[in-house]
Amino acid sequence: MEHFISLFVRSIFVDNMIFAFFLGMCSYLAVSKTVKTSFGLGVAVTFVLLITVPVDYLLQTKVLANGALAEGVDLTFLAFILFIAVIAGMVQLVEMVVERFSPSLYAALGIFLPLIAVNCAIMGASLFMQQRILLDPETSTQAISGVGDCVAYALGSGIGWTLAIVGLAAIREKMAYSDVPKPLQGLGITFITVGLMAMAFMCFSGLKL
Amino acid sequence: MSLFSKENGEVFMGPLNLNNPIAVQVLGICSALAVTSQLKPAIVMGLSVTVITAFANVIISLLRKTIPNRIRIIVQLVVVAALVTIVSNILKAYVYDVSVQLSVYVGLIITNCILMGRLEAFAMQNGPWESFLDGIGNGLGYAIVLVIVGFVREIFGFGTIFGFQIIPDSAYVENGGLYINNGMMTMPAMALIIVACVIWAHRAYNKELEA
Repeated sequence: MEHFISLFVRSIFVDNMIFAFFLGMCSYLAVSKTVKTSFGLGVAVTFVLLITVPVDYLLQTKVLANGALAEGVDLTFLAFILFIAVIAGMVQLVEMVVERFSPSLYAALGIFLPLIAVNCAIMGASLFMQQRILLDPETSTQAISGVGDCVAYALGSGIGWTLAIVGLAAIREKMAYSDVPKPLQGLGITFITVGLMAMAFMCFSGLKL
Repeated sequence: MSLFSKENGEVFMGPLNLNNPIAVQVLGICSALAVTSQLKPAIVMGLSVTVITAFANVIISLLRKTIPNRIRIIVQLVVVAALVTIVSNILKAYVYDVSVQLSVYVGLIITNCILMGRLEAFAMQNGPWESFLDGIGNGLGYAIVLVIVGFVREIFGFGTIFGFQIIPDSAYVENGGLYINNGMMTMPAMALIIVACVIWAHRAYNKELEA
């Protein structure tokens, strides 16, 4: 139980997908203009993460790993292709669900909903999971050894990403009224803001759970 | 259209300056920030992305008339994933220490927005040679920004370039001098601020890009 909570809280603050690993920056920068759409995108990303990371974990341990499918058969080279196929399929599903239950959110997100499929955060979470399976749970708080750990990791990563994008959107909404030098306007000042937010999040790196 | 015509020249030169993938198109940010704490991984990453973008562009351009519209994205993703698997294994074989430093970011080239962006925007509508030039151009434009950021971060954060100690050992505080490495430069936060400065300089220089 302690390991779940530790993994969950670490994934939100210390191993934050945006501020520690820079995953999902492109849609992060593009969608963070208003808090409402940012929150919607954050929830969609969390949902996709919650489904794809456990599925990829099962794929990795039951099919791809050395000796999983049959003795001596190592299919890890197929990992990239299979993971991205799972992600693309899941995103298509989420798109259909969002279109059915919240057409206004669907219209507001526009192209960025199908673009979740190529959001580095989703693929990155699965690839990090692939690395973390190899860690020893006794010595490392980051180790993943079971579907439950995957869920804690995915939920934490998604919530961390949502926190980051909503925070940036809130700041950008206010910054629309600030006096920014012309070459820095738009993209430049956003990068500096994210940099300062990343510095602030560094204070969590001493967290001991 | 001849091989080295003026239009092809613009296709190649555009991304190097006015249409730079990182500074203007805002693509490929994730890896630009994550792998640039030292110069060597930055160069390896830049080269990998250049090669993959160029060949993915060519393959998709050759296939563009035969891909059904509904599965377009999946076909693009599978082609890119296959190329990245090949490059990832080559890196693991020949430059193992750098590939460990790059860790998941090699796999994340699949989701690198530059690739998907150029495949959708260019390769699907243009011939193989132009797509190849576009891929190389965008890859090099990306690599240039990576090299700048990696260079600044390594020289100020570690005092080395490519592993060679540039700031002399005697200058450091522990050896009697006055200099301390800027530890912040090795942290993710500074990467963002350095890219912001690159964008600032780029836009101040190219007045027509100012938003």
